[in-house]
Amino acid sequence: MFDNVFGIHEQALLLHGQRLSVLANNMANVDTPNYKARDIDFAEVLGNTDGGAALPMTMTNSAHMALTDGGLPAGEVKYRNPFQASLDGNTVEMPVEQAAFAENNVRYQASLNFINSDIADLKYAIAGQ
Amino acid sequence: MSLFNIFNVSGSALNAETVRLNTTASNMANAESVNGDPSKVYRARQPVFQTMMDQSDLDSDGDDSSAGVRVLGVVESTTPPIARYEPGNPQANKDGYIYMSNVNAVEEMTNMLSANRAFATNIDAINTARDLLLKTISMGH
Repeated sequence: MFDNVFGIHEQALLLHGQRLSVLANNMANVDTPNYKARDIDFAEVLGNTDGGAALPMTMTNSAHMALTDGGLPAGEVKYRNPFQASLDGNTVEMPVEQAAFAENNVRYQASLNFINSDIADLKYAIAGQ
Repeated sequence: MSLFNIFNVSGSALNAETVRLNTTASNMANAESVNGDPSKVYRARQPVFQTMMDQSDLDSDGDDSSAGVRVLGVVESTTPPIARYEPGNPQANKDGYIYMSNVNAVEEMTNMLSANRAFATNIDAINTARDLLLKTISMGH
């Protein structure tokens, strides 16, 4: 009953955490020659999860196996295209990283807020007052 | 939990940027060093950074989301030192020449600013990760 009580936000929280780590890597390597900036395509990864599927599978036979979430969807780390490449082969652009980091921070907190309100709802339902 | 990695990754960057600030300070302090022998005069030093991959944190695709930065080594500038005719200087060689260190003050200043900015950004990243973790810990309260 409580398997999917948090919906997509459970996975979103983990993915946002992973993306935050990838962006922190980029910022740590801003002065490393030949380092290539990396990022996770968020919409694509979330689209691959069950929550993003438009038509969920229905079990019509007892031999069918349940489709489980399988934990964290693997966030595929890809290289980012720089707006202006630097001479030392480094593709980290600090303003881009900072903007993405701030955006990701807000999204993480939003997911956290949704989960918190779900927990508050459950508590309210359990206590009945 | 990948958020904990940020402390390691950004921490390694703080270390690397500190080394960079140290070499800059050393270069600035020795900007006016002179020697009668061009091979013995102080030469500007620069750290070389390298990405540090964490093999223990490979995800299912083999991509590693965790990295950091380390100082591979410190290299000396190959710019030839500037010769100056100063026969009165006790360091002068038998022809009356002294050699000035090849430190470029403008280069050092820009390096210092860049290191300063990078340091501050990494501190911000650590603070953000800490705030998010604290909020995650208090989830449901």
